[in-house]
Formats: sequence, structure tokens, C-alpha cells
Amino acid sequence: MIRPDAPLLLDIRDLHASVDEQPILKGVNLAIRAGEIHAVMGRNGSGKSTLSKVLAGHPAYTVTAGSVHYRGADLLELDPEQRARIGLFLGFQYPVEIPGVSNLEFLRVATNSRRAERGDEELDTFAFEDLVHERLKVVQMDPAFLERSVNEGFSGGEKKRNEILQMALLEPLVAILDETDSGLDIDALRIVADGVNQLAGPDNATLLITHYQRLLDLITPDYVHVMAAGRILRTGGKELALELERTGYDWVDQELARLEPETVEVA
Amino acid sequence: MSTATVGDLVSQPYKHGFVTDIETEKIAKGLSEDVVRLISSKKDEPDFLLQFRLRAYRQWLQMAAPDWAALGYPPIDYQNIIYYAAPKQQEKKASLDEVDPKLLETFDKLGIPLSEQKRLSNVAVDAVFDSVSIATTYKEKLAEHGVIFCSISEAVKEHPELIEAYLGTVVPSNDNYFSALNSAVFSDGSFVFIPKGVECPMELSTYFRINSADTGQFERTLIVAEEGASVSYLEGCTAPMFDTNQLHAAVVELVVLDDASIKYSTVQNWYAGDENGVGGIYNFVTKRGQCRGARSRISWTQVETGSAITWKYPSCVLQGADSVGEFYSVALTNNHQQADTGTKMIHVGPRTRSTIVSKGISAGHSSNSYRGLVQIGPKAVGAKNYSQCDSMLIGDQAAANTYPYIRSQQPDAVVEHEASTCRISVDQLFYLQSRGIGFEEAVSMMVSGFCRDVFNQLPMEFAAEADKLLALKLEGSVG
Repeated sequence: MIRPDAPLLLDIRDLHASVDEQPILKGVNLAIRAGEIHAVMGRNGSGKSTLSKVLAGHPAYTVTAGSVHYRGADLLELDPEQRARIGLFLGFQYPVEIPGVSNLEFLRVATNSRRAERGDEELDTFAFEDLVHERLKVVQMDPAFLERSVNEGFSGGEKKRNEILQMALLEPLVAILDETDSGLDIDALRIVADGVNQLAGPDNATLLITHYQRLLDLITPDYVHVMAAGRILRTGGKELALELERTGYDWVDQELARLEPETVEVA
Repeated sequence: MSTATVGDLVSQPYKHGFVTDIETEKIAKGLSEDVVRLISSKKDEPDFLLQFRLRAYRQWLQMAAPDWAALGYPPIDYQNIIYYAAPKQQEKKASLDEVDPKLLETFDKLGIPLSEQKRLSNVAVDAVFDSVSIATTYKEKLAEHGVIFCSISEAVKEHPELIEAYLGTVVPSNDNYFSALNSAVFSDGSFVFIPKGVECPMELSTYFRINSADTGQFERTLIVAEEGASVSYLEGCTAPMFDTNQLHAAVVELVVLDDASIKYSTVQNWYAGDENGVGGIYNFVTKRGQCRGARSRISWTQVETGSAITWKYPSCVLQGADSVGEFYSVALTNNHQQADTGTKMIHVGPRTRSTIVSKGISAGHSSNSYRGLVQIGPKAVGAKNYSQCDSMLIGDQAAANTYPYIRSQQPDAVVEHEASTCRISVDQLFYLQSRGIGFEEAVSMMVSGFCRDVFNQLPMEFAAEADKLLALKLEGSVG
């Protein structure tokens, strides 16, 4: 839902970032307002996953230039946990397994750290169980997964549902979903997409990072951005994604070659 | 933004490093037959005990320090150690009101309040300061049940027949170099006797505190559970920070008769030395229990977080038919700490069973080895052992080793051994952080998750304590 007067949640300007001194992001500009759903598309290696990790504060990535403001505050100043507490969420492409740490306890500690930031009271185990059972419905998840270790032995689809469950509990203002559709069969994809749609509202925003149109058939974006060589090359409405589906990414190479011929490797 | 790494987390100042300023009676440095006699006479001991000490001393003179452990340290100068130190006060006090307030304050500060009003409600405590026991709580209440819980010096005076019957029968004085040394010079420790059919009505606990800089601590613990008796016992240990190394060589003996059980838990937090490996306790301990009776059970649980050097293998000799031995261990090493620890399960009787769960966590430049022996004798028909040894590495400078030894003379015995090694990865930490969980809490969640199987074995009052202790040890300067 596009409302020009909606509050600006995320404001990324000329963002440059590198990993192991290798520049990956080379000047990303992106503004996200409340109520909007954005999709960032692009080939492998275009920098779209890096963008999500940099926003969440992964220690392996270094910001070399530019700025990111979250509701007016300098996001890059903050530790990853502080970013999460104020309402930034990253749904991982490959959620890691954490043996020995109970999923339920993990969800409770995470939820309480977000609640503390918002000035809400801490939920004890009983109150939290009520909440989590209510939120499980968003992703139609079996409560048995609460008793296991975080993501341990979960299938690909179960891991992604667990991500959306976390999103449902943390109630972020900006949710970045990194290739949430990868590795999902159509039923699991539908459940995950349905969860995301239920959680999207006028006060929050969603940034979908994806390769394929098929997620966007289920979640309709307000904006589609095409990323290549570490920057956003083109922005359009949902029809841009359909165009990409039809024409492929070849035109991206041509456009890139025109912009900065030296950075394009010719296959 | 924070640039903390997991390695930064592990340098937490030691909270128990203070020294109590109290007048102490010490004997001169050095060890000789005269010193052994002096210790015995200071304690006004019966002749059988003096003879026990002298025999041990002569055995020790013939022995050499063991060098098979994966530990490196300079040779210990046994003539540069004080073998007896006691806070100056007259005979042990009948009432706590008469105990030097400085001593009570010391234990208060360590979180072990002894005074009537403040003491733990369901735990009886024996407090040992340097070489002597200064107070034992709840003695009268325990006596009503026939349970004897007192310092070993007191037991020598009041129950010499029990001491003579059991002392040195599980760990013979010449068992090893350090048990011989301990047998010659031990000063104090705890004695527990649970008579036939009695289930000890409360947790028993001994708290060991080293205070003097150049004193060795040689405590001796003996626990006997008669037929059908049971007890849960816990020991805790701390010491001030000195830049010299102090020697701690203890011996613990457990005896369980038919259908009896002893659960022995340790939270060891001796001073570990500084971040460069200067100072810290050398901890050479012999702990062994004998399941003499049928269906008897011994369970060792240890949380080892302190000491510069740990050399310790709490063991079970499973003689009685259907007896059970258990060993649950968490050993955390950091900075330059070295630990070589594990267990021995000696299956003698038929259908004896043992379980070993060992969790080693190595951080900093430390080295952490599990060394365990499972031995199944020819008469141990149907014996079973299950061993699980897991190591967690924090940072890339630490070492973890596993040395399992299995000797079986019984073809139908079942011996299972599982081992794993893991590392706390940046991606796991980032995952937890990206859900609002702070860096230190994230590490501590993962570490306590790793240790859960062992913490579940601790008495309830202490499980939370152990969790906190580990978190403290891993807490540090983030940022």
C-alpha cells in the first residue's frame, strides 16, 4: 500500500559495503515507508543478500560509505541485537541450527527483549506459551517444534516457518526476508507467503529479497527493484517482476555494460 | 558498533579473589617426617592415624610425580610449601557466635552464610578455611536421624572406629603420588556417615577456602552410606588471587553398601591464574567410590571451572552385583588453564552399569582433555557402559583432546562410546543477536545448552548456581 505521507521507516543512501575487503555494495539507494512491500530481485552475486546482512549488522560485512537511517536514527551505529529490539527483522535464507538451545526458550528470550525495548512487561513461561500457541497459527506450525532445539533437524520448510513464527512474535516494523522462498515446495511456499501477508499492515513494511517471480505471485509488491553489481539498477511496480520473468536478466548485463563497462565480466 | 569476538568474552575478573586478613598459625615450610608428626600431634591424633601418615610419607618418598597427563607445568618444589595453616582461634567453637566474625564474613562474602538467621534452609554446610574446619551447620538436626556430618578431625576424635575401618580402604595411600602426599599431611575435610536405611534429610555441603599464599591444601573427605542409605553431597571451592601457584591435593573416598546411594557434586572454582597464566591453583585430586554392595549407586557430577591445572578422575569401582556408576562432568578452561580430567569405571560385579557424560569447553589458549577408562573384568557378566564426550571450542587458540581407554575381559559386555567436537560459530551468534539477544547472553545460552545434560544432574539448589558461574566465567568486555 503506497501512501506518500506514510512515515519513512528505512532510508538507505549511497550504501557501500565490503566483505574481506572485496566491495560488494556500491551505492545502494532505497527508501521504505510504512505500509509498503518492496521486492529486491537480482542474480546470484548481485549483492541482494549482502544488503540484508548489512542492514541486520552481520560482523563479516564492513560499511565503507553511505548511511542507513531507521525511523530517523542512525542504524549503522547499533549492534545487531539493538537493531532487532527496535523492530528490524531479518528472515534468513539458511537459518542455522543451534543444538542444545530450546526453541521455546529462545523464542521467549527474543520476544521479551523486543518487549522490553517497547516498554511492555516481560512474559513469564506461562503467558508466553499462550502467545506462542496463538502465533503458531500464522504459519500452521506443529507445537512439537517448540520442544526441539532451535532449527535442529528441521526440514527446509520447517526452518522457514520457524522464521515467520519469529517474525509473528517480534512484530517488526521492517521485515527483511532473504530468499524465504528458496527450497520450499509450493504448499510450504503458500503457507509462508500467507503468514507474511497476515503480518503485513499499514504500520510496518516488508522487504522481500528473491530470485523468482513465484513468491511475488503470492505476495504482491508495491515496488520491485532490480539489483546488479551492488546497486539498484531499476525500480518499478509489480509489472517489472513480470517483465523480468519474461525477458530474463540479459538486459541487465547490457545496461550495466553501458554504465560501467570495466566492471562487467563477459561470459 | 561492537567489534567483540567470542574470545573477548572470556576474560572476567575472578570474584572470589580477596584475601581475609586474619592471624594465622602456620608451621615452617617444607616436608619431613617431623612435619608429619607435628601435624598429627597438633591434631592430637590417635596412634593408628600417625602410623597411617608415616607409612604414606615413606611411600611418597619412593614415588615419582606422574607425567602421563597432557599437562605442562614446572616441577613443584615440595619443600617450598607450608603444610599446615589455621586461623588463630582456640578449639573449634561449640556455637557459631564464638567463631571469629571475620571468618563468618568471609563465607558470607562467598555466598555461603553460616549464621543461624541467614544460612541456607535445606543445606547443611561444613566450612573449611585453609587447613581447618571452622563450622558445621545443622549438626544436631542431622544427628536426630543418626547422620554424622562433621569435619574429619572431629570424626577422628569422636568416631575413631569408623575412621580406622574405612580410611584408606578405597584410595590406598600408595595409590598414586598425590594420594600418598595427601595421606601423609591431610589436615581437614568432611566426614559423612549415613546409617542403615536412612535417607539423609537434607543436602550436605562442604565449602573449601584457601586463604594463605604459600599454603597447600590437603583435604580428605570420607563418605559412608550403609545398607539402603542415601545422601546427596556437594563441595565448592574458591581461593584468593596470588601470583604464585598453590598446591591442592585432595583425596575423596566413598563407600556404598547394598542398595545405598551417594550423589557427589562438585563446583570447583579455585583461582585459575590471570590471563597470562600467572598464578592459580594446581589441583591434583584423587576421588574414588566403591560400590561394595549389590544394587548400590554412586553418581559423580562435577563442574570444573577454576584452577590453573586440573588433574582429576572421579572413579567408581563397581563390585556389587547390579551396582551403578555415573560420571557427569563439565570442564571449562580459559586463558592458559589446563585440565586433564575424566573418570574410571571399573566393572567387577555382574550386570554392573556405568554412564559417562563429559562436556569440555575450551576458550582462550587453554587445553582441555578428557581421559577415561572403562574396564570390564572377567566376572562382570552383562556389564554395560555408555560414554559420551563432547567438546566445544571457543576461538581458535584452544585445544580439546579425548583419550578414551576401554579394556574388556568379558565378551558379552556392551561398551558404547560417542564423541563430538563443535565450535560456537559467528553465524550462530549472529542468528541469536539478530533476534534481540545480546552477545554475552547468546554465548551463555549456547554454552548452557551444551552443558544441560550435566546441569540436570546437579541438586536443584546448585543447578542455577552452576549456570550463573559458567555465564560469569564467559562474561567479559564486549565492545
